[in-house]
Amino acid sequence: MTTPFLQVRNMSHDFGGLRAVRDYNLEAGSGQIRGLIGPNGAGKTTIFNLITGIYQPTEGEVLLDGKKINGLPPHRIASLGVSRTFQNLLLWRHMTVIEHVKLARYSKIRYGLFAAFFGTPGHHREEAEIEEKAGLLLDMMGIRHLADQVVINLPYGAQRRVEMARALATEPRILLLDEPTAGMNPEELAQIMEIIRRVHGELGLSILLIEHRMRVVMELCSIIQTLDFGAVIAEGTPEEIQNNPRVIDAYLGKESAT
Amino acid sequence: MERESGTRAERVRPVSRYFRMLFSGVPLLGWLAAILVAVTLERLAGAPLALALGLQKIPVLFGFVIMLKKPALIPGAVLYVLLIYAVPVAVTTRLTLSPANRIAAWLFRFPVAVSASVHLALLYTSLHLWADVSDYRSLVLKLTLIAVMVTLSLNVINGYMGEFSCSHPGFMAIGAYFASVFTVGLFVNDQFFGAVFLPQAWGPFLFPVALILGGFLASFGALAVAIPSFRTRGDYLAIISLAFLFIVKSLIENLEFVRGPRGLSGQPDWATLPTVFLWTVLCVWSINNFVRSTIGKALNAVRDNEMAAGAMTVDTRRTKIVAFLFAAFWAGVAGGLFAHVLRYVNPSTFGIQKLAEVLAMVYFGGLNSVYGSIVGAVSINLLGEALRPLEIFKWIIIPLLLILVMIYRPTGLIAFKDLDVTSLLQPKRKPEGEE
Repeated sequence: MTTPFLQVRNMSHDFGGLRAVRDYNLEAGSGQIRGLIGPNGAGKTTIFNLITGIYQPTEGEVLLDGKKINGLPPHRIASLGVSRTFQNLLLWRHMTVIEHVKLARYSKIRYGLFAAFFGTPGHHREEAEIEEKAGLLLDMMGIRHLADQVVINLPYGAQRRVEMARALATEPRILLLDEPTAGMNPEELAQIMEIIRRVHGELGLSILLIEHRMRVVMELCSIIQTLDFGAVIAEGTPEEIQNNPRVIDAYLGKESAT
Repeated sequence: MERESGTRAERVRPVSRYFRMLFSGVPLLGWLAAILVAVTLERLAGAPLALALGLQKIPVLFGFVIMLKKPALIPGAVLYVLLIYAVPVAVTTRLTLSPANRIAAWLFRFPVAVSASVHLALLYTSLHLWADVSDYRSLVLKLTLIAVMVTLSLNVINGYMGEFSCSHPGFMAIGAYFASVFTVGLFVNDQFFGAVFLPQAWGPFLFPVALILGGFLASFGALAVAIPSFRTRGDYLAIISLAFLFIVKSLIENLEFVRGPRGLSGQPDWATLPTVFLWTVLCVWSINNFVRSTIGKALNAVRDNEMAAGAMTVDTRRTKIVAFLFAAFWAGVAGGLFAHVLRYVNPSTFGIQKLAEVLAMVYFGGLNSVYGSIVGAVSINLLGEALRPLEIFKWIIIPLLLILVMIYRPTGLIAFKDLDVTSLLQPKRKPEGEE
């Protein structure tokens, strides 16, 4: 069996005296959709930030294709094939939709600074190429007609799709989605689930999904990890997780012993 | 020109709407041709007309100086501006509406560069004719063009990248002093630098080399600011760059071989109008190319959200350093030109006051916008010259204006607008009589 693309081994992280993530292990990247659930403050987003290099793990290691990547800056990790969206939509407020998607191809740009300053033919050719690829992604997300809009003017659902298109433009091998359905109405929810399925099916991407809505997690994911206070308390298929007493305890609270 | 935003179109009065309709079909080519006609008219008939209107000579800056000095001459000055500039421009643009559109369309059969050079040639001819009337005009024009370069290069840092840099006069000083030492040392008999080293004829060819090397030296200085301050975001850059400005200034004040605070003079007269114009065009063009490319858009991403930029593979530190060095380069080149326009530099020119001036031009004109920087630099510069007769009150009026702009347009007059050369030069095909 080949090694999975992304491996996390015994990763822990401290915020001051608080251990936010404890002995976390993960093997992902063989084409599945994996879920990561847990109550608020369980450390889910922290795990994403650790994998993508925004935080450095206090202990343990993160490996891509068997090579250690902790310590690398976020843009290096991203260009190695780990892309993500953010829980609270980190878009660039003065930029248009197409500019978002084009910029995510930054690490793929071959022309140099000189070409950018003097607008050489090679530069124009490559910019056209980038624009075309960005257009295809916008088509896939169904937001081609919004290409020249400034993102700040778009409705929430469209902004989510821009973020998704941008994340895909980096040509990732694994996509980390941090609550992609937060704040969406049922109609938008159905659309974004459809998009996640398409991304998974058409591009063959592995996806790691943080989500609060159980319906979404249960429908999309093949394996789910449950986190509580920074530690994995259960891992398994949706059915196993649903019936796991520790998961139910973590979500609903323990019945006090009487 | 007719680039007003359409947001207030509903509220404009019928008269101004009528005017806008009249001129909405005029392409840039038509405007430039009309300006050329007006300027030629001034050459031919300006002096006699000025005499006839009771003015002693051609008003140098659109009559502002005359009006402020001698209020009795206001009608004459206004009439002069109307007769020489306003009416001919209005008439010519209307008359040449369809030929101008046709020529502009025809020029688009060739690469954009052809069309752009034709427009630039027209613009340069007009400026040359206008500036030829007096030495004062030509000096004001050259300084304005240099101000455009400095403002635009600072806009790359303060506008496009969203950091706050205070060291631009310092970069100018480096460029100015390097270019001056280069030219004075090699081409002029000077008590400090010795006799002429190279033949004069080489001068104009080596002058660009001096400017470019000055720019590179400024970039090198910028590296000293960039490396410590771009580790994180925040106020670090503002503080370190301000310190850098003072270091450069006191360094030059204490360097005896450039004559310290007494300043360096005797630069050869190589910064002619065509030279300054060419460098300005080159500067605007390369900065515009840069900020419109995907690499340049990374600056905006770093400004709007650095964490997201990093997660989208953008090397944020490299992006910031490159932009900072690039901006410093152009400030250095502008400084070199500045020294050769005035043919004298002293360190106190490049102090806090210069910084305030440049910052005012950037924020007045508009952040993140090439148009904005051009408008800001030109208007603040011309205003400064035009209001000169008011002496001390000038420094009340200009800041008041700045405050008003900050209240009503917090990001500047023309902010966040891309300069798309192709659409700017395009013919405005609109059937006549229709809106």
